[in-house]
Amino acid sequence: MAAPVKVVTLCIDGRDVSGREGETVLEVARQSGIEIPTLCHMDGLEPVGACRLCLVEVTGQARLQPACVTQVSEGMQVATVTDRLRTYRRMILEMLFSERNHVCSVCVSNGHCELQDLAQSEGLTHIGLRYRYPTLSVDASHERYVIDHNRCVLCTRCVRVCDEIEGAHTWDVMARGIDSQVITDLAEPWGHSDSCTSCGKCVHVCPTGAIVEKGKSVAEMAKRAKFLPYLSMMREEW
Amino acid sequence: MPRTITIDPVTRIEGHSKITIHVDDHGVVTDARFHTTQFRGFEKLCEGRPFYEMPSLMARTCGICPVSHLIASSKACDQILAVKIPPAAEKLRRIINLAQIIQSHALSFFHLSSPDFLLGLDFDPARRNLFGVLEANPQAARDGIAMRKFGQRIIEMLGGKRIHPAWVVPGGVNEPLTEERRTAILAMIPEAYEIAERTLAWFEPMVEHHREEILTFANFPTMFLALVNDRGQLDFYDGGLRFVDAAGNIVADHVPPAEYAEHIAEAVEPWTFMKFPYHQAFGYPQGIYRVGPLARLNVISAMGTPRADDAWRRMMQDERGPVLSSFHYHWARLIEILAGVERIERLLRDPEILSRHVRAHAEPNRHEGIGISEAPRGTLIHHYWVDDEGLVTRANLIIATGHNNLAMNRGILQAAKHYLDGRKITEGALNRVEAVIRAFDPCLSCSTHAAGQMALDVSLVGPGGEIIDRVQRD
Repeated sequence: MAAPVKVVTLCIDGRDVSGREGETVLEVARQSGIEIPTLCHMDGLEPVGACRLCLVEVTGQARLQPACVTQVSEGMQVATVTDRLRTYRRMILEMLFSERNHVCSVCVSNGHCELQDLAQSEGLTHIGLRYRYPTLSVDASHERYVIDHNRCVLCTRCVRVCDEIEGAHTWDVMARGIDSQVITDLAEPWGHSDSCTSCGKCVHVCPTGAIVEKGKSVAEMAKRAKFLPYLSMMREEW
Repeated sequence: MPRTITIDPVTRIEGHSKITIHVDDHGVVTDARFHTTQFRGFEKLCEGRPFYEMPSLMARTCGICPVSHLIASSKACDQILAVKIPPAAEKLRRIINLAQIIQSHALSFFHLSSPDFLLGLDFDPARRNLFGVLEANPQAARDGIAMRKFGQRIIEMLGGKRIHPAWVVPGGVNEPLTEERRTAILAMIPEAYEIAERTLAWFEPMVEHHREEILTFANFPTMFLALVNDRGQLDFYDGGLRFVDAAGNIVADHVPPAEYAEHIAEAVEPWTFMKFPYHQAFGYPQGIYRVGPLARLNVISAMGTPRADDAWRRMMQDERGPVLSSFHYHWARLIEILAGVERIERLLRDPEILSRHVRAHAEPNRHEGIGISEAPRGTLIHHYWVDDEGLVTRANLIIATGHNNLAMNRGILQAAKHYLDGRKITEGALNRVEAVIRAFDPCLSCSTHAAGQMALDVSLVGPGGEIIDRVQRD
């Protein structure tokens, strides 16, 4: 017999909600219909708390907490929409846009991009930071897919899906801080990778037009990431 | 003392420019220059990008004619894929290209230039605009707006949006035409015919009142260049290049797009960002030629559609042989609007137009692609080179307005010499100099797409016009 599930009650944005012990603030909020913006998070993958877009205020804690990795506890008071959070979310988005070369109008994922959607929902029409315009490469050596580092936000979904679900661990991250970059194998051209199974999961979890299928033209690359929780569920059951 | 008269900015054109007119001690006009003062850099910024982004990326060269760039760029990409696109896709591309030409011609003729004809070149400049036309000839103003809307609506119905649609893609188009939309476009055709023919009916007799402008608006012998189909008829989408000389003799015919560079070279001058294409065999600047509506109508053997053929014959009878005055660009534009409506109707009535097979899929199979089409302002050339993976290594664009650069410069000199005596500058005289440029309907945002120092074919030109040195980067 399974151990009894312990239920905790907490308050999010003034609403009393309940969740199971061990669940995250993000999970409980979404179950209760409270939307918290996320970018690196993806249902079916281990959370990493990297993008910081899901930061929330927890009463009694001075530091903001990422909802995706913060577990719920009894009597917790959480605020997901405050001026402070709005300012930080906007700042994070501005930094993401300024860091690399995101040119939506000519992107294959235009209209199907999570970064673009977030910018729109936050009302971001321009950014106050200077664009860095880094010189970054496009690796089109793979037979079916392309990685355009100009459009990568370093969410590491590709790294996680490849490791956790596919088990190939082709993707990883090299260097540190602003110089970080996702790599295939030991920073070899993707097309030369021995470990890549060409399964395409990285393509469909990528939130932007960074990892895309070849043969798609501008605005044609719609991602199908909904498959992931089912895939993990089926794997566990088997 | 020698003086310089500056017209800055030049109004009612697409983009930013100025004109300088140089006069000597005696007030005689010695030189006139058309300066394009904006800089873009498209040939450089596309390097390293995947080829399939090129149609949308290069379409950003221009918000007026994004479709023209989409067409030429996608054709270049078709060659990189090494595919022959499905027939329905070609026909659909032809329709959207014609819609683009119609809307742009309507903008040029009605919104930008009609104030000059309907109100007069000496009219108060503050009221010499579309609102002035609306007062003086409300029908013409309404027709202009409706004609432009006709073109824009078709672009929107086919491409999903009016400006920068992403519908034209390497290999074809990304969505077939529905019966419903075909019916909706066909329903707009009768009004478009009415407007096109009504406008020609008032414009043609008016030509008589502009004899002085006709004689002095870039009226000189040059060659003309345009695409023609196998039968030598007007073709906006495909075909071979034809050059004719000022007497109407064919200099080169059915030149395959792949051989354009054997005929056309580009020179640069230090005082403008726009390059000067010329015909190689004749050298620089003797190899001057014109493109665009007037050139197309001079180059072809026939229009290929009945109503436009009638209108074309009337224009050609006005002068024997090729029409040399750039004033007649306006007339040519009206005839092309009529031809465009006829062609759109014909294409839509073809049962194949509703075919679901509108796209060919392939990987990049060639390292080079050249796409040539006729844009509203003339022959448009997109030429790309890609690496094994389909990333762009180099691009060359020759834009319609660029081809006309030599002729525009010579045209303003001619008008300046005729209308300015160097002592008294009248508003009417200055406007005539500007109107010469307007006749060409230049699009400067397009024509300065290139990074000057990154030019792929640079000719060093001496004071006498002789080419001292020429560097080509392969």
